[in-house]
Amino acid sequence: MTTKKTTKKPAASSRRRNSGPALYEASNDELVEFYRQMLLIRRFEEKAGQMYGMGLIGGFCHLYIGQEAVVVGIQTALKEGDSVITGYREHGHMIAAGSDPKGVMAELTGRSGGCSRGKGGSMHMFDPERGFYGGHGIVGAQVSLGTGLAFAAKYRKSDNVAVAYFGDGAANQGQVYESFNMARIWNLPVVYIIENNQYAMGTSVSRSSSQIELHRRGESFKIPGKQVDGMNVLEVRAAMDEAVEHCRKGEGPFILEMKTYRYRGHSMSDPAKYRSKEEVQKMRAEHDAIDQVKQRILDAGIMDEAALKDIDKEVKAIVADAATFATESPEPELSELYTDVLA
Amino acid sequence: MAIKITMPALSPTMEKGTLAKWLVKEGDSIESGDVIAEIETDKATMEVEAVDEGVIAKIVVAEGTDDVPVGELIAIVAEEGEDPKNIDADSSSDDKASDKKEEKIPSSTKEDPDEQETTFAGAVHSSENLLDPEIPEGTNMVKLTVREALRDAMAEEMRKDGDVFVMGEEVAEYQGAYKVTQGLLQEFGSERVIDTPITEHGFAGLGAGAAFAGLKPVIEFMTFNFAMQAIDHIINSAAKTRYMSGGLVSCPIVFRGPNGAASRVGAQHSQNYASWYANVPGLKVIAPYDAADCKGLLKAAIRDPNPVVFLENELMYGESFEVPELDDYVLPIGKARIYREGSDVTIVSYSITVGEALKAADMLAEEGISAEVIDLRTIRPLDIETVIESVKKTNRCVVAEEGWPQCSVASDVSAQLMEKAFDWLDAPVTRVNSADVPLPYANNLEKAAVVDAKDIVKAAKAVCYAD
Repeated sequence: MTTKKTTKKPAASSRRRNSGPALYEASNDELVEFYRQMLLIRRFEEKAGQMYGMGLIGGFCHLYIGQEAVVVGIQTALKEGDSVITGYREHGHMIAAGSDPKGVMAELTGRSGGCSRGKGGSMHMFDPERGFYGGHGIVGAQVSLGTGLAFAAKYRKSDNVAVAYFGDGAANQGQVYESFNMARIWNLPVVYIIENNQYAMGTSVSRSSSQIELHRRGESFKIPGKQVDGMNVLEVRAAMDEAVEHCRKGEGPFILEMKTYRYRGHSMSDPAKYRSKEEVQKMRAEHDAIDQVKQRILDAGIMDEAALKDIDKEVKAIVADAATFATESPEPELSELYTDVLA
Repeated sequence: MAIKITMPALSPTMEKGTLAKWLVKEGDSIESGDVIAEIETDKATMEVEAVDEGVIAKIVVAEGTDDVPVGELIAIVAEEGEDPKNIDADSSSDDKASDKKEEKIPSSTKEDPDEQETTFAGAVHSSENLLDPEIPEGTNMVKLTVREALRDAMAEEMRKDGDVFVMGEEVAEYQGAYKVTQGLLQEFGSERVIDTPITEHGFAGLGAGAAFAGLKPVIEFMTFNFAMQAIDHIINSAAKTRYMSGGLVSCPIVFRGPNGAASRVGAQHSQNYASWYANVPGLKVIAPYDAADCKGLLKAAIRDPNPVVFLENELMYGESFEVPELDDYVLPIGKARIYREGSDVTIVSYSITVGEALKAADMLAEEGISAEVIDLRTIRPLDIETVIESVKKTNRCVVAEEGWPQCSVASDVSAQLMEKAFDWLDAPVTRVNSADVPLPYANNLEKAAVVDAKDIVKAAKAVCYAD
């Protein structure tokens, strides 16, 4: 990585500008790293989409393209021992957690080199060593499970937190509120990240939700919530720092509603007729998370176009390697059929 | 190197589609994310986005073409530094992934019969090496109720392992809705004995999540009827995660509570779920009868690294049995018990119905029929070997179960005997199940619906041709 300036600014404090939302004061290195990670997720997902088209990936495949700032802003605020859980749109979460893109891609192709040795697939990936607990296919289930991860952190008297991501669709599942209630009764250290990409498959938030301000969904449980521009990684990170601090201090759960957007359909087979092309185009053109960070890097003179292009190339190479690995890794042995059912 | 764009698969079932429209023409520059074409699939019209950047060198399949197979070359893109004019369909380099496609996507049909056989063999449970612990000569036997035995099992495991905790409705301050957790709050405190709100789905999921993180939760359902609200977590979260994660994530959790009919509580509080859970790979399912087995098997369940469904019975909680007074009485999961030996007919049962089977055996003895009573104790993995060995001796079998007949545990035992002990049978295996109705409230109707000793005697005499 080439950076013109590598001086580190004071870490992790957030500041308010003219009563606008707090932005994380990233060092130059951090800003470039945010860019690199978001780009890696995007290029990975684009490649996954392509490989799906080639018939190399089967079943359902939900791409994260457009939402990259959320997971990168959240994950970089965590520390060793914290745990993360999410739903089925989780390729980006695996990569942000530090999992090898090769294992993730090979899981998508159902090969023995996959992170679940080909037995989980797109929606079921895990990396407990890096605190990532899936990868769950049932909408809303991860909210109760994530509350349990937080319960374990508190039970062990650690200052670790759990992060449970879910979408605007899952926000209408009953168990979410059962979990909110228990998390608040017991002051569990859990940050609920609502990735509000505005469409639960094809149903917009306004058609599905009586209260569309999803960060207020915790009010009945006395859980503080905050709405965040999920397309701005610095705003995501600043909000997450605040939420994590709240949890680590033992003050209980926190809700962050990330206003974000997925550019692709719900899954690969979704023609996305429920929204206009103009709407998607406008988000891409005016709010793209990666473009925003890129512009910041250029404006601040941290890197020039050529240096950024080097990062693009580096990322592309990682993704190409992952794709090659995922197509060359053999399918699992038939003997794998009966392994891992029971310990 | 030029990039080949092939007809994409845009749904799990698509094999071919119509290339409805090109949104780019030869010579256009594209960037990743640009929509380049519209394709009609078997389900909908979909947009195709470019993944790579470059210049459209050649459109190979014209718009309006129907039935373009997935994987067929539809366009070629020149990469940065290449001259689009010098590229044709043959000279462009093959994309590595598409090149591999044919050989790399073998169908999942099982073509090799040998391989099939080996894989099915892998699923067989063997109880051969599972033995109940020796109870040393002179061991003191104490009378304990099932309720006390269950409580003692939890307390002993909680003393031994700080990761074990108990959670559920009314388990702490109320001392258990059926007093099974009596005294645990006083001994272990509110951090390890936790009252929940009435929120089965939520706390079953919370428990499973805590188990992912390495704790060993004992989740009490006030009754298993309420666990239907939570069954998604028992099956989708607890039972499947080890498999889906390729063994990376464990879920060492026990879901326990009373199961089956109690006394006159009506249809919604009176269901036996043994066969439901026994259907699910990744779970162990235990349904013991007496106090000693309750203690030894609950301790085993708490130690087991897998999710265990532990089915108790409310009517049994107050029943007393002799329990060996040992420091650490742990029984093997997956091992049936011959509760009473006999030679003329095998009666297989589990949970409360073992009591009826024993009564039936007494009644049969009076008529000169010697019945062997087997308590399955564990429903999954099922110890069919012990049943088969008994049937080899008696040549007749009745399976008695308080629960509905269709797709029941009795059905499965019966099917397995047909498959594995057919030549040893002198009569059809007969199921004795509860009436195939929601359990009625009226005293006489409830009695008529539930399996009792007389029903078992009747079936046993029938298979012995003794009527």
